[in-house]
Amino acid sequence: MIKSKNILETVKMVDELKFDIRTITMGISLLDCADSNGEKSRIKIYDKIARLSENFVKTVEATEKEFGIPIINKRISVTPISIIAGASNDTDYIKYAEILDKAADVAGVNFLGGFSALVHKGFTKGDEILIRSIPQALAVTNKVCASVNVATTKAGINMDAVRLMGEVIKEAAYLTRDKDSIGCAKLVVFANAVEDNPFMAGAFHGTGESETCLSVGVSGPGVVKNALEQVRGQDFTTVCETIKKTAFKITRAGEVVAKEVSRRLDIPFGIMDLSLAPTPEVGDSIARILEEIGLEACGAHGTTAALALLNDAVKKGGIMASSNVGGLSGAFIPVSEDEGMIEAVNRGSLNIEKLEAMTCVCSVGLDMIAIPGDTKSSTISAIIADECAIGVINQKSTAVRLIPVYGKTLGDTAEFGGLLGRAPIMKVSSFSSDDFIARGGRIPAPIHSFKN
Amino acid sequence: MKGILTIIGKDRVGIIAHVSTLLASYNANILDINQTVMRDYFTMIMLVDLDGITTDFTTLQQKLDKKAKEINMEIKIQREDIFDKMYEV
Repeated sequence: MIKSKNILETVKMVDELKFDIRTITMGISLLDCADSNGEKSRIKIYDKIARLSENFVKTVEATEKEFGIPIINKRISVTPISIIAGASNDTDYIKYAEILDKAADVAGVNFLGGFSALVHKGFTKGDEILIRSIPQALAVTNKVCASVNVATTKAGINMDAVRLMGEVIKEAAYLTRDKDSIGCAKLVVFANAVEDNPFMAGAFHGTGESETCLSVGVSGPGVVKNALEQVRGQDFTTVCETIKKTAFKITRAGEVVAKEVSRRLDIPFGIMDLSLAPTPEVGDSIARILEEIGLEACGAHGTTAALALLNDAVKKGGIMASSNVGGLSGAFIPVSEDEGMIEAVNRGSLNIEKLEAMTCVCSVGLDMIAIPGDTKSSTISAIIADECAIGVINQKSTAVRLIPVYGKTLGDTAEFGGLLGRAPIMKVSSFSSDDFIARGGRIPAPIHSFKN
Repeated sequence: MKGILTIIGKDRVGIIAHVSTLLASYNANILDINQTVMRDYFTMIMLVDLDGITTDFTTLQQKLDKKAKEINMEIKIQREDIFDKMYEV
């Protein structure tokens, strides 16, 4: 039997409301590629990625055509390279980044994540070398993404790593100064990083994962906004119910497509990440959803509550739709990648303090925020520490992706292009955090992490 | 495998003839048709059995795209199971 209403709704979701599957990310374990000889290790890495991803992109493209749901990004995540490269005697890991970039090119994916280190409790030799290699690695590659986990609820906050990351971000900004410091857009600092996140720049294939797997991030801010337009003026129960139902549909669509790709490639299906992810295009914005809920502009009082209910309702609908939910799963609020957020900053309704509050109730943190190029590294570290505290205390992931755009200041705009968008430079506090960051050491795990 | 074909555009003579002829030439069997015309705006949905088609899905899709341009309509073909999964708990 033909159910015309449902079919036409789906067609409209794709054609008019920009519904898509944002990313299918193939996770690949590189644990068997470690070697005391760096050169040999890199050959193993390249060969393994090339072999496993050979049919990845063309299979995804064939499947997307059959289902009629666009799949925007095809990506790869790998085991944190600090673990693999740490076995070698190399003194920097830039060549590892270069080989990953080459492998990503051959696979035909647009980003590869996993130039990463997990240092929430301390550094290994490999971790420290990798972190110090990040600025140069991001400057000489196009597709490699880096992430560093500096805190967990169980371990507390590694403030030495927080201090170091402030310096690394500044250096990455300087080395890519001719492209509005775009290197920093490919670098995330995490608290409570998850092992199965399919979204960049923070994706890596955790050591608890299988040999390979496919993780999927669906999207659909436009679909949610459209659904909410139909219930204008109605109470919050109706708003939440509407978001839940919409999240159910988009999650189901994502899962069907992902399972088919998994079957064809004979690679296990990992997780569905229920994140609503915006793009810089009009009609694909989280900020516009928050405004649709009843705010004159994103950032107005009430924004945190609106985001909290959006995040929660998306999860409830999505969890009903799929038994394989994981990743970050929540709304993303990157400034440069969201047309409504950019306008909110330009209108003066949204500032970094409000964004910080918003990160308490959604899945990521201060994301894709351009700040003045002359911001001190200690200030950047202090911003990271604040976000880590939010994540650690609230037992959730938080992330910081700040871009201190070299040579630019308040009133200027950084242009990154494509999905990374453009960002007005935002004001940060001019008061010093120097002595706070200079202390070093570790902020202990909070009392409520001791659950055993 | 079953497919759902949607045709949307301004009403004109021979839309069904164009599409059903093309489907028949590849041995795609039409199982059900549902059409409405509202203010000259034509919407038709076909349920099509693709198990016996004499070509592959991608080629059929390309031929339909070509036909869509020829008759100035929007034609889409998608697997049926996506709709079942999205709308059934």
